[in-house]
Amino acid sequence: MSVLEKTLVGSRRYWLWVAALLLLVLAGLLCYLRQLTQGLVITGLSRDVSWGLYVAQFTFFVGIAASAVTVVLPYYLHDCKQFAPLTILGELLAISSVTMSLLFIFVDLGQPSRILNVLLYPQPQSVMFWDMIALGGYLLLNIVIATGALRAGHEHESPPGWIRTLSIISIPWAISIHTVTAFLYSGLPGRTYWLTAILAPRFLASAFSSGPALLILLCVVTRKITSFDVGREAIHKLAVIVTYATAINIFFVLTEVFTAFYSEIPEHETSFQYLFAGMGGDYHLVPWMWLSLLLSFMALILLLVPKWRTDMRLLVMACFCVFVSIWLEKGLGLIVGGFVPSPLGAIARYTPTLLEWGIVCGIWAIGALMITAFYKIAFSIWEQS
Amino acid sequence: MKMTRKRFLQLSGLSLIAAAAKNVVGGGAATSAITESTKATRWGMVIDLAKCRQKEGCNGCIKACHSAHNVPQFADRAHEVKWIWKQPFEDVFPFAQTQYSREINAGLPVLLMCNHCDDPPCTDVCPVNATWRTDEGVVTIDFHRCIGCRYCMAACPYGSRSFNWQDPRPAIPTVNPDFPTRTKGVVEKCNFCEERLAKRLAPLCVEACEEKALVFGDLEQPDSEIRKLLRSRFAVQRKPELGTGPSVYYLI
Repeated sequence: MSVLEKTLVGSRRYWLWVAALLLLVLAGLLCYLRQLTQGLVITGLSRDVSWGLYVAQFTFFVGIAASAVTVVLPYYLHDCKQFAPLTILGELLAISSVTMSLLFIFVDLGQPSRILNVLLYPQPQSVMFWDMIALGGYLLLNIVIATGALRAGHEHESPPGWIRTLSIISIPWAISIHTVTAFLYSGLPGRTYWLTAILAPRFLASAFSSGPALLILLCVVTRKITSFDVGREAIHKLAVIVTYATAINIFFVLTEVFTAFYSEIPEHETSFQYLFAGMGGDYHLVPWMWLSLLLSFMALILLLVPKWRTDMRLLVMACFCVFVSIWLEKGLGLIVGGFVPSPLGAIARYTPTLLEWGIVCGIWAIGALMITAFYKIAFSIWEQS
Repeated sequence: MKMTRKRFLQLSGLSLIAAAAKNVVGGGAATSAITESTKATRWGMVIDLAKCRQKEGCNGCIKACHSAHNVPQFADRAHEVKWIWKQPFEDVFPFAQTQYSREINAGLPVLLMCNHCDDPPCTDVCPVNATWRTDEGVVTIDFHRCIGCRYCMAACPYGSRSFNWQDPRPAIPTVNPDFPTRTKGVVEKCNFCEERLAKRLAPLCVEACEEKALVFGDLEQPDSEIRKLLRSRFAVQRKPELGTGPSVYYLI
């Protein structure tokens, strides 16, 4: 039986899950068709807040993709044997996340039919050009590495040497995708919320905490519903990585807050004030931003105490908190904070519309479908050997 | 500047034409023809705010620009498209006043448009080179190449760019067939009347202003009217600290 065929056999529960996801993809597609005919007017975006949920989700999932490095690096550079299966799962997660990121950029375009202009008129002075190269290369690297490793497993051989070489190349490449993504924002004059040298380090820290947190959650779920188990030891090692990254991320955020508020330079303070205290009668993001902060601190406390971190139930809770916290901060607040107040001081309220959420859900469903199919293939290969 | 043979010929040719034009129109007083004698290398504008406010509620320049350029009229503030517009003084120059003098200018309208920066951040970020700075210092857009990623809108520190969130055509009161209409999903903004500059005519807003509050000319020519004005009066640019080098100056 070919490897791909393994996705076509499954229990009733498997097919129900796949059908539900396909339904979401279909719903997203219908919403997108509406956007395609009417334009981006169907979103909550405006002249002042011209990027929103799509671009924020793009950023967040580039982070998840980059976080594969948190399993690849220990496995290849520190010979961390327990991470063998996790490494492939991380790479498969990276493939799905990069694909989602690219889709989020695609749906954000006003003229998607002209997308090939990016290749026809490449502009090396645009950070987007480098982001395209970084993301495209990373996607390709992970596809080659993951399929190579799975094929070796399928044929009961040890992985060929070039997989190790490519995996080592993928480590700095993973750092680069999120650095370049941060540079998309941090190099813009007049957007003071983004104009900070710590944006790229912050992106990496939040990626290395939310990514492995998601991987832990995925492993726990798959252990529940399949016979596959990556092993307690691997999960606990990964939990330590999440702990460090979460702590560093909170530290970076606090250094940012210090600089803004101790210097008291108005334009460095305003976006933080808008997000965390509200401004001009608009407080609708305030509870979400505080929830994000609260969840981050809660997660850090749960993770810092070894007894709690090794308790599987508490670890799952901590990982969930980390994921939601960073999703709110990076997948929502980060982009809006760059646009409000506007260059002319306008406080423009941005709320994603239902159609926008529909498109976003559709892309999540595509990601979930990819993960489902990839993990199913991986598990069935490992079960044989 | 190096004087090549080609440039020498261009300059002498243009000087002759300009001299002839000056004679024909009688000194250029009642015309909007640009009378600089050499080829301009950087167009700029000076806006005299005191003159601009002489006639209250005057929107002549805005109307002239928007109707000639087929700018759609959307009432919805979130989706509006504008090339030239007015904004209260305190929004535009929040730090150009002291806390005690705020009331003097509070609420007074300031005319805004693209600054046609010398080093525009918006053109650097465009992934498809759909927007660029021309040799004459005009920041322009190719509506047919723009993919609608709106990166330029994020990069512009002045909020000068508008996006077509929907099909603009139904919202154009009367279409001017001489200027292209846009499709949905592309960015647009003031083009300094590039199409008129090509015919050596000043921008429409300059022509429409009865108070002569807008002075247009070549910033590279030391003896141009705009340079004389900038030498003799205190002028400010919007956010000059960002290093973008705006070509639009304000006399406060």
